[in-house]
Amino acid sequence: MKELTLETLIAVFEEIYGRGLFWTLVVLAGLITLGFAYVLIRDHQLSARRLVNAEIFAPLGAVGAVLFVLWFTNSKLGDIGGPIDWIIFAGIAIAGAGGLTIFMYTLQSILWPKKS
Amino acid sequence: MTELERIAASRRAFLGMAGGAAAALSLTAGAARAQSRPAVKTKARIVIVGSGAGGTGMVNRLVDRLEGAEITLVDGRKQHLYQPGFTLIAAGLKPASYSVSGTGDWLPSGAKWVQEYAAGIDPVAQIVTTTGGTKLPYDYLIVATGLSLDWGGVEGFSLDMVGRNGIGAVYAGPDYAAATWKEMDDFTSRGGVGLFSRPATEMKCAGAPLKYTFIVDDYLRRKGTREKSQVIYASNNKALFSVPIVSEKLKLLFVDRGVDTRYDHVLKGIDASAKTATFKVAAQEVANPDGSKTQIPAREETIAFDFMNVIPPMRAPQVVRESGLSHSTKWLDQGWIEVDTATLRHVRYPNIFGLGDINGVPKGKTAASVKWHIPVVEDHLVADIAGSVGTATFNGYTSCPMITRIGRAMLVEFDYKDNLVPSFPGVIAPLEELWISWLMKEVALKPTYNAMLRGKA
Ligand SMILES: Cc1cc2nc3c(=O)[nH]c(=O)nc-3n(C[C@H](O)[C@H](O)[C@H](O)COP(=O)(O)OP(=O)(O)OC[C@H]3O[C@@H](n4cnc5c(N)ncnc54)[C@H](O)[C@@H]3O)c2cc1C
Repeated sequence: MKELTLETLIAVFEEIYGRGLFWTLVVLAGLITLGFAYVLIRDHQLSARRLVNAEIFAPLGAVGAVLFVLWFTNSKLGDIGGPIDWIIFAGIAIAGAGGLTIFMYTLQSILWPKKS
Repeated sequence: MTELERIAASRRAFLGMAGGAAAALSLTAGAARAQSRPAVKTKARIVIVGSGAGGTGMVNRLVDRLEGAEITLVDGRKQHLYQPGFTLIAAGLKPASYSVSGTGDWLPSGAKWVQEYAAGIDPVAQIVTTTGGTKLPYDYLIVATGLSLDWGGVEGFSLDMVGRNGIGAVYAGPDYAAATWKEMDDFTSRGGVGLFSRPATEMKCAGAPLKYTFIVDDYLRRKGTREKSQVIYASNNKALFSVPIVSEKLKLLFVDRGVDTRYDHVLKGIDASAKTATFKVAAQEVANPDGSKTQIPAREETIAFDFMNVIPPMRAPQVVRESGLSHSTKWLDQGWIEVDTATLRHVRYPNIFGLGDINGVPKGKTAASVKWHIPVVEDHLVADIAGSVGTATFNGYTSCPMITRIGRAMLVEFDYKDNLVPSFPGVIAPLEELWISWLMKEVALKPTYNAMLRGKA
C-alpha cells in the first residue's frame, strides 16, 4: 500500500460495508459507547453485579465474532498460520467479547436503572 | 476506577466529553481535507484513453486538481470489470456479478465520457480518433488502454469452447470465469489431469496462473480426489516467477503440493475434442551423473488434460501498436509503450503519459501498481500545467496476493530491482502462507481498488 492515511482507511471501510451501513455501524458503536459512559457517570460507579451479568455474554460475543469472520471470509480455523494470524484472531475474539459485554451492561443499566 | 469516578463526577463532564470527541472528529476530518492543494487553473485539453482501473482513478483525481481543464475519457466499454475478482469467481467463492459495475458509475461530473473506442492515436498531430470518427485534439494524452488478450495466439482455441470439455479461461471475463468454475468443480469432484500454464509474453498479474493452480489443488484435496489426480504446471521459462526469491519459494510449495512442474513450455495450441494441449519446448541441456551434458533439441510436447485454464499471449491493443508509441527496442512483438520507467512519461512525446498495463516497464502489470502509477502521472501532468517540475517517481511496485489455498495467501510485493517491499514489514511476512494475507485479498482488495477508482487511495 502506498499511504495508509485515516482518509484511505475510512474510504476502504466505506467500500467494505457500503457507505450507509458503515456509518450506521459507526454511529451505533458510538451510541453504545456514549450510553456506557452515560450510565457510568449517572451511577457514579461500575456496578459489579451488572458487570458479572454482562460478562456471561462475553464468550458468546467472542465465538460469535470469530464464526462471523470465518464465514464472511470463506476460511476455517486451520487456516490460521503465523503469529500475526493468532494476534488478529485473538483481537477479533476480544473485540467480540468486549463489545457484547459493554452492550449488555449498558442495556441492563438503561432498562433497570434502579437495580444497581 | 477512582480516576474514572472523578472525571465522571457530573453530568456536565459527560457532555463535555461528548463535545470533545465531536471536536476531535471534526478536526481529523479537517486535517484530511486540508491535505488537498488548491486547484490549478487551466484551459488544457486532456484526453484519457481507457477507463479501466487506471483511467478511472486518474480522472477522479484530475477533476480535483485542475480547474477549467477540458478532460475527455474515451472508452467504449459500458461495464467496469474488477479483474482481480476473476480468480475468486473461478474459485466458486463469488458470483460473476462480483466483478461487474458500470463504467459511468465511477466517473465524475467534471469530465466528458465518449462511449467509443479509440481507433487512431496520432501523437504528432495530437489527435485521438474514435471508432465513430470523432476527432479529439489534445494538449496532454494519457494512454490507459490496458492490454489485449490474444486468443488467436492459441491455435485451435476459441472462447466458445470455455465451459465444456474441461476447458476454462479465467482471464476472459466474469462470465467465462464462472463457466471455468463449473468445469473446475466438475473436474475436482472426479479427479484426473489438471493442466496449467502461462504465456511467454508479459502478462497482467503474473501470479494469477499460479494462484489458480494452488486453488485447484486445494479443491482436489478437500474433495478427496487429489490422490488419483495429476496437477501439471507448465512454465514458459526456467522460473516460476520473475522475482528469484519468490520463484524459489513457489518451487518449494509446488514440491510440497506434489505439482508436476515442467519448464520452458510455451502453449502453442489445443485440441478441444481430444482434450490435449501442445507446447513448444525450448532446447534443454541436462546434466548427467557423470558430469557430462546431454543436449535435448527443441521439440513439441502434447499433454492430455481433463481440465485446463487457457491463458493466451498478451499484447498492447492494436490501436496503440499502430500509433508509433510502442517501445522501439524491446517487446517488439508485444508493443508496450516506451515510457520513462520512473516518471511514466513517454520518452519521445513529453505530453503523453502511460498508465497501467500498457506501460513498457519491466514490472507492474497489476492493479496494485496502478495505484502507484496514478499519483506519479498526476504529479508530472499537473506540474507541467502549473509550469513547475514534477518529482514523483514509480519504483516498480507490484503486488500479488498469492493464494496458496482457500484461506491462505502470501502477500508478495516487490519493485524493479526484485527487492521485496512489504507494506507491513515485521508484521506480515511476505513469503509465509498466512490467513491475514488471504483476508487482504478476500476482504480488503476490492474496497481498496474501489477507493482507488474514486481517486481516494
Ligand atoms: C485473472 C486476473 C487476476 C488479476 N489479479 C490481480 C490481483 O490479484 N492484484 C492486482 O493488483 N491485479 C490483478 N490483476 C490485474 C489488474 O486487473 C490489471 O493490472 C489492471 O486492471 C490494469 O489497469 P489498466 O487501467 O491498465 O487496464 P484495465 O483495467 O484493463 O482497463 C483498460 C480499459 O481500456 C479500455 N480500452 C481498451 N482499448 C481501448 C481503446 N482502443 N480505446 C478506448 N479504450 C480502450 C478497456 O475497455 C478498459 O476499460 C488481475 C487481472 C486478471 C485478468
